[in-house]
Amino acid sequence: MNDTRLPLQTVAIYLGALLIFVWSGGPFIWQFSTSFQLDKALTSGSPSLIPHPFTLEHYYNAFVEKQLHRYVWNSLVVSLATTFLCLFVGSLAAFALSRLNIKGRFGILMVILSVSMFPQIALVGPLYLVATNLGLLDTYTALIITYLALGLPLVTWVLFGYFETLPREIDEAARMDGVSVPGLLWRIILPMSLPSLVTTGLLAFITAWNEFLFALAFTSNIDRQTIPVGIANFTNLYYVPWGDIAAASAVVTVPLILLVLFFQRHIIEGLTQGGVKE
Amino acid sequence: MSAAATIPGIGRPRRSGKALPGALWALLLLTPAFVSLASVSFYPIVNGLYLSLTNTSLITQEQDFTGFSNYVELWGDPQFWNAWWHTMWFTAASTVLETVIGLGMALILCEAFKGRGLVRAAMLVPWAMPTVVTSKMFGWLFDGQNGIVNYILLHAGLIDQNINWYGSTDTAMITIIIADVWKTTPFMALLLLTGLQTVPNSLIEAARMDGAKGWITFWYIRLPLLMPTLLIAGLFRALDAFRVFDLVYVLTGGGPADSTETLSTLSYKVLFSTLQFGYGSAVSTAMFVTEGIIALVFCLYLIRQIRRAQ
Repeated sequence: MNDTRLPLQTVAIYLGALLIFVWSGGPFIWQFSTSFQLDKALTSGSPSLIPHPFTLEHYYNAFVEKQLHRYVWNSLVVSLATTFLCLFVGSLAAFALSRLNIKGRFGILMVILSVSMFPQIALVGPLYLVATNLGLLDTYTALIITYLALGLPLVTWVLFGYFETLPREIDEAARMDGVSVPGLLWRIILPMSLPSLVTTGLLAFITAWNEFLFALAFTSNIDRQTIPVGIANFTNLYYVPWGDIAAASAVVTVPLILLVLFFQRHIIEGLTQGGVKE
Repeated sequence: MSAAATIPGIGRPRRSGKALPGALWALLLLTPAFVSLASVSFYPIVNGLYLSLTNTSLITQEQDFTGFSNYVELWGDPQFWNAWWHTMWFTAASTVLETVIGLGMALILCEAFKGRGLVRAAMLVPWAMPTVVTSKMFGWLFDGQNGIVNYILLHAGLIDQNINWYGSTDTAMITIIIADVWKTTPFMALLLLTGLQTVPNSLIEAARMDGAKGWITFWYIRLPLLMPTLLIAGLFRALDAFRVFDLVYVLTGGGPADSTETLSTLSYKVLFSTLQFGYGSAVSTAMFVTEGIIALVFCLYLIRQIRRAQ
């Protein structure tokens, strides 16, 4: 197609691409730069993209005053536990739906997917009552159980799609060799699905890492609060500490962005297959 | 290819000779997922429906069956309708903007140009960022005094005084819509891009041979073929936008003067600030019903479109 393109079109495409890049990356670049600038510079009325003078004050405030690392720890525990549980439960379900002869499997898949469309605000009240009755408020357990159900539909859907691409001759051969059903999943299908497991795991991790509503409702102290709740509560008495907020944002977002960039091809493939294809 | 050859056999009953207690295994393997979804998704919906018919309150400790009185109250509650309209407006505006801008981005990304990988990578940034962080970030970008957006607009001569973006009832909802569009459009574009790439190049080449101009091939070939993807992506986006909570709760808390109150933030406040779980459940059930209707209308339209295309 390149050879038929007019010079004007080429210019338009590059302009458009630049616009997309600035639109997507610009705000975070500014946030990142903000995190290294003194409050005085930020309110001076002449903003500059290059931090001058450069300061780590906001990072100091975020960790020492606001105890950011405690939120990070809580988020890590909850998100990692959620990820592994999601992969475990999700791969069992996806394997059953893909490899065992189940009537109405697409109906089951549709029900699982439609669950992810339920408004979460409709779940939070009743679940709060259950958590209260079971003494699960302010525990990791309550968050992990909830996030498992939130992540499960997408994980099951994407893993199902991947399992469907694995040739069925393998099943037949394994069965000839006397491999049992769990053996087929554990020793043959799962090892072949490593790329897909990594992607879906990352999706489950991001879901848990970014979740706000349930964390807000179920936790009330820093021992169990996750990063989104912590950052939402980042306020000072007399002014909004934009610099400290920017520092905390950078700390919790940069690792995520690096992970996503590293796995970007898989993520887009995985999600399109899970989200748009019928 | 052997893989391709086996795919048509997916739905067929297996002809395996060895007797496996298949049904039993299926049940066993599906049980954890069912238990999880049943207890964390289905049970709360049903329980919420029941609570909405009671006067449950965590303050008075009452829990009596009161029939439809919560819904009668809801019907006459201006706060509820205020939030309902805001939610509908937000959903419609953000879905349309995200789909249209996303399509534009996808069309650009469809072309070959240097640095395409970099642009695509940058597009995943808004998606990966926690929504709470996005909210705070837009709080800073659109700050009424020192926000960079005001600074740029002022120096470009587009405005002559600072706009108090999310601090004023006129512009608060617009700010939230902009933040949502920023966060979700790039991902929408990537979804549409994969849809566009399935349009066979030979079709477009053939049209070009016949002398069709760029926008004609877009309008008559790419767009119709992309329609199903566009509609499904739009549906998912609309259902997601309808539930908006984090962005509003963190950026404005529903204010100023309730001008950005949505159904999710209203439900949350009724549930956790006034602790009226009965009435709060009525609000969230009404929301669930509205979402169901949106999904239904969308699906019916989608089915009709697909039928017509065939």
